[in-house]
Amino acid sequence: MAFVVPKESFAGKVFPVTIGTEIQETFGGENTLPFHSFEGEIPNRPLIAYEIQDIPPEDWPETVREVYSEVSDDPAKWAKYCVDELKAKAIALRLIGTHPDQKDLSADDAVKVVKEVLEAVKVPLIILGSNHVDKDSEVLVKVAEVAKDRNCIIGKAQEANYKTIAAAAMANGHKLIAMSELDINLSKQLNILITQMGFEKERLITDPMCSALGYGLEYTYSVMERIRLAALAQNDPVMQPPMLADVGMYVWKIKETQASEEDLPEWGSLQERGILWEAVTTASLLLAGAELIIMRHPKAVELVERFIDEMMG
Amino acid sequence: MLVIGEKLSIIAKRVREAMMNKDKGPIQEIAKAQYEAGAGMIDANIGPAEDGGEEIMEWMVTTIQEAVPLPVCLDTTNYKAIEAGLKVHNNEYGLPMINSTSNDPERFPMLELAAKYGCYIIALTVGKGGLPADEEERAAIAAEIMARAMEYGVPLEHLYLDPLVLQIATTQDQAIKVIRAVEVFKQLNEPPMKTLVGLSNISNGCPKDIRPILNKYFFLMLLNAGLDAAIADPAEIKEAMEEKPLFDAVVQGQEIEDKEKMKIIKKTIDVIEGNTLYAHSYLEM
Repeated sequence: MAFVVPKESFAGKVFPVTIGTEIQETFGGENTLPFHSFEGEIPNRPLIAYEIQDIPPEDWPETVREVYSEVSDDPAKWAKYCVDELKAKAIALRLIGTHPDQKDLSADDAVKVVKEVLEAVKVPLIILGSNHVDKDSEVLVKVAEVAKDRNCIIGKAQEANYKTIAAAAMANGHKLIAMSELDINLSKQLNILITQMGFEKERLITDPMCSALGYGLEYTYSVMERIRLAALAQNDPVMQPPMLADVGMYVWKIKETQASEEDLPEWGSLQERGILWEAVTTASLLLAGAELIIMRHPKAVELVERFIDEMMG
Repeated sequence: MLVIGEKLSIIAKRVREAMMNKDKGPIQEIAKAQYEAGAGMIDANIGPAEDGGEEIMEWMVTTIQEAVPLPVCLDTTNYKAIEAGLKVHNNEYGLPMINSTSNDPERFPMLELAAKYGCYIIALTVGKGGLPADEEERAAIAAEIMARAMEYGVPLEHLYLDPLVLQIATTQDQAIKVIRAVEVFKQLNEPPMKTLVGLSNISNGCPKDIRPILNKYFFLMLLNAGLDAAIADPAEIKEAMEEKPLFDAVVQGQEIEDKEKMKIIKKTIDVIEGNTLYAHSYLEM
């Protein structure tokens, strides 16, 4: 008797999420494990967004800062460069300058930046705060308004501030990132709380919190994997939103992407090392189930896109 | 079912203060309330008690037994404090219990005491290393402890095997493994081994309003698996026993009149069995 490859099929399905207006992108929507196209339907590719920010990226390592040295003084120019030159399918604008420990820019400053970026590019926009619980609820409420009906993703809502941010996203027709700190049960709890406000679970994106290779990647991997299994195998509707891996900011602050070749010659080329670190971290999290990725280095993005091509067959 | 009242624990502020001030009032009041709610034994958890443990345990045992005609479960890692408590324990109310030994060599002397004083002893099925992964690892550890108990001269009917209940909020997959461990433990000997759990740890870290729900239904699942004893809130156990007919009906797939209760029971079983992912608001889904 011929050998028949056993196939696993699942009752659950990840919600597809479409963002943008003039140019739209959709991610999620699969009813099978990552890249298991032989077992189910994977209608959409994972989506990679290029990360830009409201202030020049002085704390990014040289390897990735130099790529944007001509444009990073102006967020609109930076966004346009990513779209026109690097063929970015989506932009993730991080309003890091609003953080009280950074430049403490006001919500109005942030509004101005968001407006300019929205005018400069037509691809979908992800608008991220500075991860400061209080400041984010102030800033994200205002930027959600100015981006009204542009179908952006707003984030990140956390346990301590989800009410105001979710309400703003809901009122202005945006999608929302719900972030918890590497705990699957808290991740589910936050999604429940947000949906209890009347926010549709089909408009959510779960961020279980990212980490870089060598810095706790296995925790993120395991939480993502279990969330995806809950969505598919347990058919748990609260766990069916697609997942975000916010890779760039975690990878480009670790030693391995910054230590010079003079100090650590045995580690090899600093440039290659950083790019590979971002690509490998991302590829791992794609295998764990992430559908939306935020990255920084175009060469790393290129590697990951090739990886996705091969995996999607 | 032996219910061991859990309320006299150093973790509770009121108990800690009473212990420090040697104030019998609160201790005896709590002991009586647990006796009246159906406790068959009173746990006296004095913590590690490195300083003056002997005196504290003596005082606790006599204070409790002045108030209620029950044996005491001596709960500390301090070997000398246990022995001091055993010496003053009034065995007319029943044999005392040592809480606890395990597969950690540091805890072996507790078996010596159990043999010397002919009392009951709880055996936590954990070793010196990490926590056991599943019911099989727990059973393997249990078998080692049983062999050691016999070496020390502790009769197996004096040994209560404890699979170690973990928090559902952080280690959900362990809940069902603990239930299975109780089933497996029973099969390790003929007559079957006695089993015991520290019940309320299942809901540690959960919101206040759902803690009793998780405790009660987890208890009933354990009871149906053959559990013999629980360190628990006797009032909660009483409530659980009152609800047992309803619970068993739901488990058997019958419809019960109280639809709300049926939903709560089903959702809680699903969370304990790992069919749905735990979240603090799991009942509201």
